[in-house]
Amino acid sequence: MVETAALEFVGREMRARIVETSSRAGIPHLGSCLSCVDILVALYFSVMRIDPQQPRAAGRDRFILSKGHGAPALFQVLAKRGFYPESRLESYGEDGGVFAEHPPTPDHLEGIEAATGSLGHGLPIGLGMALAARIQNRDYNVYAVLSDGECNEGSVWESAMLAAAQNAGNLCVLIDFNKWQATGRTLEVMSLDPLADKWRAFGWNAVEIDGHDMNAILDALNKFPAKNGKPTAIVAHTVKGKGVSFMEDDNNWHYRIPTTEEVVKAKQELGVQA
Amino acid sequence: MRNAFAEELTRLAAEDPRVILLSGDIGNKLFDRFKAVDEKRFYNCGVAEANMMGVAAGLALSGLRPFVYSITPFITTRCFEQIRVDACYHHAPVVIVGTGSGLSYAELGPTHHSLEDMAILRTLPGMRVLAPCDSTELRLALRAVLQCDGPTYIRIGKKGEPAIHANPPAFIIGEVIVVRPGNDVALLVAGNMMAETLKAAELLAVQGISAEVISVHTVKPLDDSYLQAAALRFRLIVTIEEHGVIGGLGSAVAEWRARTNVVVPQLLFGTRDEFMHEVGSQSYARAKYGLTADNIAGRVLATVGRA
Repeated sequence: MVETAALEFVGREMRARIVETSSRAGIPHLGSCLSCVDILVALYFSVMRIDPQQPRAAGRDRFILSKGHGAPALFQVLAKRGFYPESRLESYGEDGGVFAEHPPTPDHLEGIEAATGSLGHGLPIGLGMALAARIQNRDYNVYAVLSDGECNEGSVWESAMLAAAQNAGNLCVLIDFNKWQATGRTLEVMSLDPLADKWRAFGWNAVEIDGHDMNAILDALNKFPAKNGKPTAIVAHTVKGKGVSFMEDDNNWHYRIPTTEEVVKAKQELGVQA
Repeated sequence: MRNAFAEELTRLAAEDPRVILLSGDIGNKLFDRFKAVDEKRFYNCGVAEANMMGVAAGLALSGLRPFVYSITPFITTRCFEQIRVDACYHHAPVVIVGTGSGLSYAELGPTHHSLEDMAILRTLPGMRVLAPCDSTELRLALRAVLQCDGPTYIRIGKKGEPAIHANPPAFIIGEVIVVRPGNDVALLVAGNMMAETLKAAELLAVQGISAEVISVHTVKPLDDSYLQAAALRFRLIVTIEEHGVIGGLGSAVAEWRARTNVVVPQLLFGTRDEFMHEVGSQSYARAKYGLTADNIAGRVLATVGRA
């Protein structure tokens, strides 16, 4: 188990690189990327049973970024974890490359399990993978990160009902509950609250945590898979734009691209020279 | 055809541990024997087709071979984006089987008609579109598709369709089957219009017109080499399908003609650009849209006569 402080440092490093890449390549969704970084770091650097040298190993844990617009965060984490050289990210945003706004298909980038970007798709695909483990007598787990806005999609709840009916206990959903969707507050656009209770009502184990508290994230993930055989939903309260004071909880950063000066300021705040 | 589907898939499941069946809450008792082969390879995914398609893609990406089964509009138009992104974009070997296609469920009304399914699924990159003409072709198609990568859509009827093939023909995806050889006109059929078309060929024979009747069980990819030869051999190419004339076999052949600059006239039989608002049986609906042996033979005769 890697130390919490080390994970937190990786989180700051990832944030700096995400901000820098957004500025350099003109990639939006910065706020959405920064809110899920700690969850990704916990999964990739502590929890998941994965080997970057064998990205297609049959028994590997699966990760799906159902909120595909967080791909700029995932791309940095996969590189840092060793799925491909960090130097590959220098081509970010270039024509003909693979690094842009959403994950490509698994055939086009190591470490990717599903191409997402259209919301409400990742969880059903993840459920299929979770059921496949049972059919093929494998013991891997499937993790899917959803956005709170994504929970507007009916397919999320279709999937939630089937997962519970099938006792897909090896399926874990983490909701990056940053309280914003593209054009408004998630609690106002749709009636999202009480989110954890909704998952419970759909037959899941559900916990609420501070999605930026590394110990809390690890603690929740370590209680999965649950002994009662139900799938697990971790509702992670997060802050959009977390880690950079002038981006935090400001929904303009759903689409804004930081200037060079803003990148310098963000890095100073993060205390990272990435 | 749906009984043949259940039987053949059960057989395939016994032979191949990768075969999984997902059903959208239909087929009560139809799949009891499949479940007896291996209960954990059958999933009733409920009335939730979007999720079902995503689940199928997840299974396929894990090395399994899911067959997704429901009434055609619900397993095609309803969850089109899941087919596009989850199955096609990932080039996942998901097999979608739409039952009650075309006007099979005419009496249930337009919610249950499927006259656009081939049109929309044909547009998806890498998607095969199959329309077997009888249970024998369906069984062969199911077997053949297990050897293929990537997604496939198979549109089938309901039950009680006439058997066309007395013996199993050679079946290769993408290659037509000549059901009745002929010399003057080519009647290209997609799916369950085969029996009616064979009757039309009989009527034409009486008038001295020799019609070749062809099962175009694979609407995508089209059998280019057969069409190329047919364009030279026949005075007229006719497409017949229980599907709209926009986007189905007729359109596919018209696109082929435009693409290859082949000069051969084409007659299209299919449903018009409208919903059928009145109640009616399948035969009523077919008559309404000119999908009868009499009408096909009459129009072919008139066209060839004019030529």
